[in-house]
Amino acid sequence: MAEISKDVMMELYYWLKLTRTIEDRVTILYRQGKIQGGAWTSHGMEAISVGYSLALEKDDIICPYFRDMGAFLVRRITPKRIFSQYLGRKTGVTGGKDGNVHAGDINLGIIGFPSHLADNYPVATGVALAFKMRGEKRVVAACTGDGGTSRGDFHEALNFASVRKLPVVFFCNNNQYAYSTPLRFQMAIKDVSQRAIAYNIPSETVDGNDILAVYSAAKRTYQRAREGEGPSFIECKTMRMHGHSEHDAAKYVPKEILEEWKKKDPVINYEKYLIEKKVVTSEKLAEIDKKIKSEVEEAVEFSEKSPYPEGKDTLEGVYKI
Amino acid sequence: MKEISYIEAISEALKEEMERDKDVFILGEDVGFYGGAFKVTEGFYERFGEWRVLDTPLSESGFTGAAIGSALMGMRPVVEMQFADFISCAFDQIVNVAAKNYYRWGGATPIVIRAPYGGNIHGGPYHSQCPEAWFFHCPGLKIVAPSMPYDAKGLLKAAIRDDNPVICLEHKYLYRRIKENIPEDDFIVPIGKADIKREGRDITIITYGAMVHTALEAAKLLEGKEIDIEVLDLRTLLPLDKEAIFSSVKKTNKAMILHEATKTGGIGAEISSLISEEVFDHLDGPIIRIAAPDTPVPYSPPMEEFFIPNASDVIKAAERLAAY
Repeated sequence: MAEISKDVMMELYYWLKLTRTIEDRVTILYRQGKIQGGAWTSHGMEAISVGYSLALEKDDIICPYFRDMGAFLVRRITPKRIFSQYLGRKTGVTGGKDGNVHAGDINLGIIGFPSHLADNYPVATGVALAFKMRGEKRVVAACTGDGGTSRGDFHEALNFASVRKLPVVFFCNNNQYAYSTPLRFQMAIKDVSQRAIAYNIPSETVDGNDILAVYSAAKRTYQRAREGEGPSFIECKTMRMHGHSEHDAAKYVPKEILEEWKKKDPVINYEKYLIEKKVVTSEKLAEIDKKIKSEVEEAVEFSEKSPYPEGKDTLEGVYKI
Repeated sequence: MKEISYIEAISEALKEEMERDKDVFILGEDVGFYGGAFKVTEGFYERFGEWRVLDTPLSESGFTGAAIGSALMGMRPVVEMQFADFISCAFDQIVNVAAKNYYRWGGATPIVIRAPYGGNIHGGPYHSQCPEAWFFHCPGLKIVAPSMPYDAKGLLKAAIRDDNPVICLEHKYLYRRIKENIPEDDFIVPIGKADIKREGRDITIITYGAMVHTALEAAKLLEGKEIDIEVLDLRTLLPLDKEAIFSSVKKTNKAMILHEATKTGGIGAEISSLISEEVFDHLDGPIIRIAAPDTPVPYSPPMEEFFIPNASDVIKAAERLAAY
C-alpha cells in the first residue's frame, strides 16, 4: 500500500465522522416524524463513499448511489443543504424536488442518483467516454449496491467500458442485503468482484469497513484509468447496520451477524487506529467531534427554519429553456 | 434549392451538425463501419473516425445511458436505435434518467435519440411499431415526428441544438419514398411548431409522420366530393402545438385525428380531449379518431394492410363527419 499522509488520514476521519454524525441525526429526525417519506442511511458503510471520493482529483466526477452520503460531503455539499434536502425545503440540494441523497450537483462533479440501481453505471461510462474523446486525464467513479449488480445496466456498462477502455472505476457497496434479500438469493458467486471477470475488467474485493483499504484501492485504480489502462471494479464488503430504510426494523437479518459486524464498525475502528498509530490524540479527536456536532446542529436548526418551496414551484424546470 | 429524399435529409442534418460542432457524435449499433442498418451514417466512419461514429455493443440501455453521461459532460450525442421497437430496452434510461435529470437536480441532458419507426414495410411485430405514446406521457422529453425531408432535416438539427432530450421518430416507410426540394443553406425547423400541409375549409385532419401523406391522398380524393380538407402536420408531438390545433379547428369546426399507432391511449386521445376542453363551442360534429386497431403490428401483407389506416378509412370518416 502506498503511503497515506497524516493529513489525508485526518481528512478521511473528518468526513467519516461527519457522515456518521449527520446520519445519526437523520435517524432522529425521521423518528421525530420530521422527515416525510423514507430516510436511507449508510450506517456501517460510511468508509466506502468517503474513501472512494476523497481519492479523486477535483476535476473528476462521481456517480454515487443512495448510501453515499460521504461522497456528497467530500464533494462539499454542505450539511445545511443536506438537512434541507431531507426536510423537503427550498434550500435543499434539489429545492424540494427530491429527497435524501437522491440528488446531484454538476458544479461539484456529482451526477444525480436515480433510484433505479445501477442506472448510473451506463451514465458513468458516458462521462468516461467524454473524457476519452476529448483527451482529458479525468476519471469517473460510480457506485451501486450488491443488488444493483444483478441488473442489465450493470452488465451493459461494464462491457462497454471494457470494450472501449474507458477511464471509469466501478464500486460496489456489498452490504449483504438488497432490502431484505440476502446475497444467496441475489447471486450464485462468492464475491461480487467475480462479475467483472466476464468483462475482462481487473477487479478486487476489499474490506469496505477499512477506509484506508478503500482509499488505497481507489487511488490505485484511478491512476490506472488516468493512464489509459481502462476500467476497474472494486467490491467493498461491508454490512448494512440499519434497515433498508429507517422504517425497516430488518428482522430478517440474524442478530448474530449484526453483533459480529458491530465489532468491525468503520468509524470506531478507525478512531482506534489513528490513536494507536499516534496520528492523533484522543483529545484532538474529541475536539474535532465537538466541532462536527455543533456544525451538524447548526445545519439542522438552519434547515428547520428554512422555508418550504411553494406548491407552484412544482411547475418549474421540467425543460431547460 | 435541391431535391433530396427524407433519409438523405437526415444524413445531411447529422453530417452538417457534426461539421459545425465537434461535440456532436453518434453512437449505436452498426452505425460506424457499416453505416447503419438504413445507411443513414454511410461514409461517416471514414469522415469522422471511430470515436465520433461509435459502434456499440448490442445494449440499448447501456449506450443510451452512456449518451446521457456524455451529455452531462457537455457532449451532444445522437443515439441511433436500429429500429424504434428496440427503444423499449432503453425505456428506463430515457424516462427515468434523461427526462428527469434537469428537473430533479439541474443536470441538463441534451441527447437526441433517432428511432426509425412505423409499418408498411412488412417488418412484423418487432420492426414496425409506433412507440410515441409510451414517451408522450413523460414530462421532460420532446418528441418530433416529421413527414417531409425539409422538416426531417430542420427538426433533427433543432433537436441536436436543443438542451433537452429529444426523440426523433423517423418514419422508415418515407425514407426513400418521399423527396422534396429544400434550401441548401443551414436552417432549422423549430420544435413545438405544427405546419399546415394543405389548407381547407371543411374538416381538419390532425396527423403526423407517414399518415400526413395518407391524409393528403384522401384530401385529394375528397375534392371530387366537395369536402375541403385541411391537413395539420403536428411535426412535434411533445410539446404539442395546441394553438395550431385550436386555430385550425376554430376555422373548420370539425376535427379528425389520424395516426398509425394503435388507438387506445394514443396521442389522438389526448388531442381529442384538448379540443373538447378548449374549443368545444366551435365544434359542429364529434371528434373522430382514425388509428390502428389495438393489436400488435401483424406481418402478413393482407393483415398489415388491414392494420394500417389508409385513405379510404379517412374518406369514410370524412364523409360521416361532413354530414354534421
